[in-house]
Amino acid sequence: MSANDADADVPDEATESPPSEGERKKGVPRDPSRAVGGTALAEPKPPSFLATTGAKLLAALMAPLSELGALAKMLGQVFFWGLRPPYRGRIFIHCMEYVGVQSIFIVGITGFFVGAVLGLQLVNGFRDLGVESQTGSVVGFALSREIGPVFTALMVSSRAGSAMTTELGSMRVTNQIDALITMAVNPVQYLVVPRVVAGLFMVPILTIFFDVIGMTGAWLVCTKLLGLDSGVFLDRMRWIVDWKDVNLGLTKAAVFGVTVCLIACRQGFYAKGGAAGVGQATNRSVVHNAIAILLLDYLVTGIVLGEGLG
Amino acid sequence: MGVREWFDSFTGASADELRRVDPKILADPVHVRVRDVHKSYGPHHVLKGLSFDIARGKTNVIIGPSGSGKTVLMRQLIRLEKPDSGQILVNERDFVALDGMELDAMRRTMGMVFQMSALFDSMSVFENVAFPLREHTKMSQKEIRERVMDRLESLGIGHAWSKSPAELSGGMQKRVAVARSLVLETDILIYDEPTTGLDPITTCTVDELIAEAEEKFGVTSIVISHDMASVFRIADRITFMYFGEVQASGTPRELLESLNKPTMEFILASGVSRDLIDGRRND
Repeated sequence: MSANDADADVPDEATESPPSEGERKKGVPRDPSRAVGGTALAEPKPPSFLATTGAKLLAALMAPLSELGALAKMLGQVFFWGLRPPYRGRIFIHCMEYVGVQSIFIVGITGFFVGAVLGLQLVNGFRDLGVESQTGSVVGFALSREIGPVFTALMVSSRAGSAMTTELGSMRVTNQIDALITMAVNPVQYLVVPRVVAGLFMVPILTIFFDVIGMTGAWLVCTKLLGLDSGVFLDRMRWIVDWKDVNLGLTKAAVFGVTVCLIACRQGFYAKGGAAGVGQATNRSVVHNAIAILLLDYLVTGIVLGEGLG
Repeated sequence: MGVREWFDSFTGASADELRRVDPKILADPVHVRVRDVHKSYGPHHVLKGLSFDIARGKTNVIIGPSGSGKTVLMRQLIRLEKPDSGQILVNERDFVALDGMELDAMRRTMGMVFQMSALFDSMSVFENVAFPLREHTKMSQKEIRERVMDRLESLGIGHAWSKSPAELSGGMQKRVAVARSLVLETDILIYDEPTTGLDPITTCTVDELIAEAEEKFGVTSIVISHDMASVFRIADRITFMYFGEVQASGTPRELLESLNKPTMEFILASGVSRDLIDGRRND
């Protein structure tokens, strides 16, 4: 090894940029290896591509599990704090009004057009098979079991869930949640419990509303526009749709209601990073909610029907 | 135990009981003793065995450059976080060891004024100040109204009771935050960087507010700050922190007499003139 080779590890003084004013003032060494008695230390080896990719993959796999764990923990806190006094009736009513009453318009509009489109498609499809008389039964069955709870939960998630995340996220980043703690008020009990309880009660009620409006939309299109007999439509609907179907829909709606509000609150409650962080939390809240609703829809259906879960 | 008693056991844990301490302890000029407090976040050892005293009924200022652990210390003092080890003795009771209802009761004897005031956006000024009373007392609406208006009037913001926090200036928001903290007859009031980001006139107003709160309500004030000019205006006692350690603690005069290099550099760098330092030394 030549002298020049030995010098190759030492940075060339002449090519280095001069230290900044701040660094000179603070006496911060530019090269940390020179801080130890002027002896050059070996540069730490960067991790290999495989190690980095492996770590990233592991983190990506662990993220949903960690999120599930955090949600389970928050649900446990909601149970704990929801059962013990004080009970703040006014806040419960306010949250129910916010989640339920204020969602009526969007749920109604969605329900009407979903029902109308469903009726339109089914009459057209069934006519080819000569079974258009069954339109009422399929509309009623689909709305009460599947479409009603899923669409209602998606609407509540987009309207109320995202707003909850933003509100709680803003409270977090402006220290309002810390302020609650310093005033000896438990923030989960004060902020999260009423919202989750509102979701539990209001999403099923909204689902009933969605079902009724959806069926009305389908009935209007099928009977007034497409010439289907009203008596046949309603009779088939009554014939096929059972209370069991409505119950399944309402069970799903209750599960979705709790899930939507819990995810929204969890994302907002632990938001960090200022306004940008709140925006990201809101985005995550909507995405997580959509995934959770569709996943739980399958799970609850599988559990209730006792099949499809392997 | 009846339903009423059961309900009260959750809501009625009285901060008054905590105030009913031995008169000998209340005569102690030291209100809070911080002893060997450590706090780490992963590998970062932020508070490295802090020990200092907070004087009763005085304005105690904790100063230090950015990154010295002031805000972390503040979070331990109000128990937003639990120290890894050490004691914070408030009236001889270890705040760190408390949990559950006792911790909540202790918190009700302390108030916190956050840097951004942390007023609830969804409530009016009146509702913000009434909030602790509605949560922790069984006062009637009339009593709450009287108490809230009394606090607002005494801090000079009675006229703003119906406004929302967003309609107020920074200084007025601080006043509302102080009123909210004092409405439960708090013993200790902690201010986190109260003058950061405020113009010089509002800074002076906030300084006056801190002095006013101490004078009118007899509270022990703990101010976390790096605004040196403001510190020298209000402090009865100063604790100087530097990278998680207490460098010096005492009255402004004692601190200036014992100035070491980092303290002096920090004070001079923050715009306080050497003439002022020498002047205060000779006070």
